[in-house]
Amino acid sequence: MTRKQRRLYFVVLGMLALGAATALVLTAMKDTLVYFYTPSDLKTRHVAEGRRLRIGGLVEQGSVVRQGDEVHFVVTDLQATLPVVYRGVLPDLFREGQGVVTEGKLDGQGTFRASEVLAKHDENYMPKEVADAIKKSGQWQEEGKKP
Amino acid sequence: MLGLSTPSGFVRFAKAVSPWLWVASALLIGGGLYFALLVSPADYQQGQTVRIMYIHVPSAWLGMMGYSVMALSSAAALIWKNPLADLVAKASAPVGACFTFLCLATGSLWGKPMWGTWWAWDARLTSMLILLFLYFGYIALQNAFDDPGRGARAAAILALAGFVNVPVIKFSVDWWKTLHQPASLMKMSGPALHPSMLTPLLLMVAGFTCFYVAVLMVRVRSEILAAKIRALRLSEIHSVQAAGVADGVAG
Repeated sequence: MTRKQRRLYFVVLGMLALGAATALVLTAMKDTLVYFYTPSDLKTRHVAEGRRLRIGGLVEQGSVVRQGDEVHFVVTDLQATLPVVYRGVLPDLFREGQGVVTEGKLDGQGTFRASEVLAKHDENYMPKEVADAIKKSGQWQEEGKKP
Repeated sequence: MLGLSTPSGFVRFAKAVSPWLWVASALLIGGGLYFALLVSPADYQQGQTVRIMYIHVPSAWLGMMGYSVMALSSAAALIWKNPLADLVAKASAPVGACFTFLCLATGSLWGKPMWGTWWAWDARLTSMLILLFLYFGYIALQNAFDDPGRGARAAAILALAGFVNVPVIKFSVDWWKTLHQPASLMKMSGPALHPSMLTPLLLMVAGFTCFYVAVLMVRVRSEILAAKIRALRLSEIHSVQAAGVADGVAG
């Protein structure tokens, strides 16, 4: 084996080992690398009351209620739901049916007291006329409902 | 292949190709900006803000491509001791770092009005920030040694080790729940962009890529010249020393 071949195998093996190690670490840390949990995740894992966490999902249709300077709405992942209370400025994209990520704490009654609400949009871009036309034809797929 | 793997072959090739690349990047970016800013429509939910995409996406692409070029050249330099590969890796680093910074900056400007925050520690944004730090580390490590050869070797190993981050960036939005949305352009089922928005985006990506290659060629040529100057200076010092020794013997 020439020196060049030896170096080639060394680099290839090194990269494979490093890739495998990274994959293992990332798999092991799967649960901490997510930016938010879904309402379903909350059901399956125990979250201590008062711990800060982020919850993501869609704002349920017809759930937004404004009371004084507080906004009440329900976050859903279409399997489980979570009621949220928030006081503060909402992003422009916030509306019913829109994806949101909200940061805060669970209170004793199972309500999520949010201190921050961020909007999350999907990867589809199109002009308004096209979106209207698709909605009109009944082909529109709401976020999160994709097959 | 065209004698491209030697410095002199590269200079000949670069001299022939560079003018065309500059013209192509000017035309593509000019046309791309015209479509992106004037012709293409506003987005149905993001409005005019969507136009940041036409700078943000090409920057992200070149930030990752600049790193890939750097890592592959570093591998070639380590394995085959190719003198040109070292220079290509060295030349790609600052260019790629600039595009990565541009991606993070435009992303931040886009995030505030749409998401409601300048920054979020989600997997996509964080892995992109790590890419910028890898570029900084590479540049710093290269200059940390008195002997440029040793600096290049250490930096090449760092470039290769950091290469695992590139697929992590690409697939971060699929592997984990992130605030950043999944890919629109490189999607299995075809681009999730309306053709009126896809056209300017592809023009900008092509234009940015030509620009990157053109800048890379300028930088590699200047690195070749710098290496020549270093070699000439060294030989001068040696000949002066040799003459001094000869004088000493004569005197």
